[in-house]
Amino acid sequence: MPADIYFNVAVGGILTGLVFGLMALGLSVIFGVVRVVNFAHGEMMTIAMYIAVTLFSAFHLDPLVMLVPIAAALFVFGYALQAGLINRFVVRPEHSQFLLLVAIAIIITNALLILFGPDSQNVQASYAYDSFQLGPLIVDATKLYAGVTAVAATTGLFAFFRYTSLGTAIRACADNYTGAMVVGLDVKRLYSLTFAIGAGCVGAAGCMLLLIFDVTPAVGPAYTLLAFVIVITGGLGSMPGALVGGVLIGLTEALAGLLFTPSAKSMFVFAILVLVLLFRPQGIMGKRTA
Amino acid sequence: MRCKMGTGRNRITRRTVAAGLGASALSGLAPFNIVRAQGAPLKVGVLLPRSGLQASIGQDCQRGVDISPGILKDLGLPSLQIINADTETNVDVARSRAEKLIGDGAQLLVGAFDSGQSSAIAQVAEQKGIPFVINIAAAPPITEQGYKFVFRNFPTGPMILRDAFLNQKEVFQITGSAPKTAVMLHVNDTYGTSIQKGMAAMFPKFDLPYKILEEIAYDPGARDLSVEVAKAKATGAEAVIAVSRLNDAILLTRELVKQRWNPMAVLSIGPGWYEDQYLKTLGKLSDGPISLVPWYDPNKKASNILEAALAKSYPGVNMSTNHVYTFEALLIAADAYKRAGSADPKALADAIRATNITDNVSPGPGIQFDAKGQNDKLKGSAIQNRAGKLVTLAPKEAANAKPEWPLTPYDKRG
Repeated sequence: MPADIYFNVAVGGILTGLVFGLMALGLSVIFGVVRVVNFAHGEMMTIAMYIAVTLFSAFHLDPLVMLVPIAAALFVFGYALQAGLINRFVVRPEHSQFLLLVAIAIIITNALLILFGPDSQNVQASYAYDSFQLGPLIVDATKLYAGVTAVAATTGLFAFFRYTSLGTAIRACADNYTGAMVVGLDVKRLYSLTFAIGAGCVGAAGCMLLLIFDVTPAVGPAYTLLAFVIVITGGLGSMPGALVGGVLIGLTEALAGLLFTPSAKSMFVFAILVLVLLFRPQGIMGKRTA
Repeated sequence: MRCKMGTGRNRITRRTVAAGLGASALSGLAPFNIVRAQGAPLKVGVLLPRSGLQASIGQDCQRGVDISPGILKDLGLPSLQIINADTETNVDVARSRAEKLIGDGAQLLVGAFDSGQSSAIAQVAEQKGIPFVINIAAAPPITEQGYKFVFRNFPTGPMILRDAFLNQKEVFQITGSAPKTAVMLHVNDTYGTSIQKGMAAMFPKFDLPYKILEEIAYDPGARDLSVEVAKAKATGAEAVIAVSRLNDAILLTRELVKQRWNPMAVLSIGPGWYEDQYLKTLGKLSDGPISLVPWYDPNKKASNILEAALAKSYPGVNMSTNHVYTFEALLIAADAYKRAGSADPKALADAIRATNITDNVSPGPGIQFDAKGQNDKLKGSAIQNRAGKLVTLAPKEAANAKPEWPLTPYDKRG
């Protein structure tokens, strides 16, 4: 097999993995601060994908152009969900939180099914069939745009948490819940903001993934599972870990399909997960807890 | 004068009333004992994947159901009472829906587009003794089980392959050109795997001009087929042999374009590449693939009638395998009901076994079943996508156009 094929496939896998990473970043941010595992993560992303499909079919608005408004809409949805519902479950047993979020996921899936029907839908952007050729390397334009946008969004998020007072306050809540309360932080509001940021991440990721994959109402659980695999591999609660996990999973899927058989792509992804759980249970970039 | 309910042998007791009520309740509950007079419509349960992965194709098959009543009436056949059921593209759901339909009084079943789902329905139909006419399903084992109530008016995988090979050779002969190498991309569901195994077994017998360099299997639910196409392109094959469904056919085409690969031909053995949604989604990029599939004979009178009915009810929808074989399954049911004179399941099954419909739509001499319940006289076709329409290239007795060959490069389509 010619060497350029490995580069082509690897680049495609990395670019897809970056978008997966942004999607998983939302899950990691929410868990890292609120300590609630969002089992409706994939379903929230399908909401964003359907908003993008609707805007494209009604007004021909490109999903990348609508990325910020759609992420903002998901931000509002996430804030309302956390402030109105999930905050009441934060101190309840984990199984209550689990059931609540699974119920939300099922409601979202069925609502989308009623609204949009079971057929897969996609957007035919003007650049849908474009690719860039750099010598022997052919890069899919949609994957490149999506991957670059994912890196930009992730960088923005890192900067927010690192350099803004609000980001610092959210990190304080994540580090020490009681300490944050003692110094007078409005923890419930910060939790709502954090969940909203996580939802905004999946909103942005949904817009980008729609350029690469079709959407159906039933696709949510698969993305939730994928997000879990990525954040557990990268390190639950670690923001760089989510991106590293996403790239690793994207690359593994692509190369496993090329070197072995495409039917076994998922098998290799889960094999990586098992290895991480065996030899580095806290994830590649996670911190070991006492 | 006082009237006694009965005396001696004719006396009605509480025990006889209870027994009578029990017997009538039992007869009411046993669905396969319902035998209606010929005047009543035959209750036909139609099982299709109306949702899930195969939803688009299932809904396309439904169009074949929707246009049937008028045509059957014009043919002087008894009317059918259609009871629809959704298999949700799931084998277990197909099985339970078949049981429910029979429980609800269906006297004959039709369906279910997919081999896995049809196999499950066939088991239920045989167990309950209700005739099942398969519209579309190609896995050979379905009619190799010795079933007495299962009939298939659709070619098996080996039959499809035999005709696919013969029709390819005819196309190569007409064009005077043929690929020397090919790569096979196939979905790894029941249908795709049976075609792949059949290819391996039958390929050497047909003396084709190309050799298959690699077989690449992929998951039917795959979201992205870029790796599969990259791997296929890397073989340097001149042609692509595809065994796909609708969504993956669209994904494969997108990747062919994005990866700037222009093979000499895309030869599809199965659905996907000729579906309306494929043509509409891809526009000019959908032109050119040749599908080697069970189709219809455009030169037959019945084909024109069916095509006109479809155009009237669904303007802009191309007639396809889905409509043709779903319609023919209902034609078989109505024809058998007329000849059987009753809805008794055994009489219906016997009538279906004796079917001899020569004025039909599918290519070949007509609809007849062998001892296994298989119509083994069906012929496949080679069809090509042309500007959103479909033309038949082979076999020559059913052809209405010459091949456009080779495939126009994707980057030269304006």
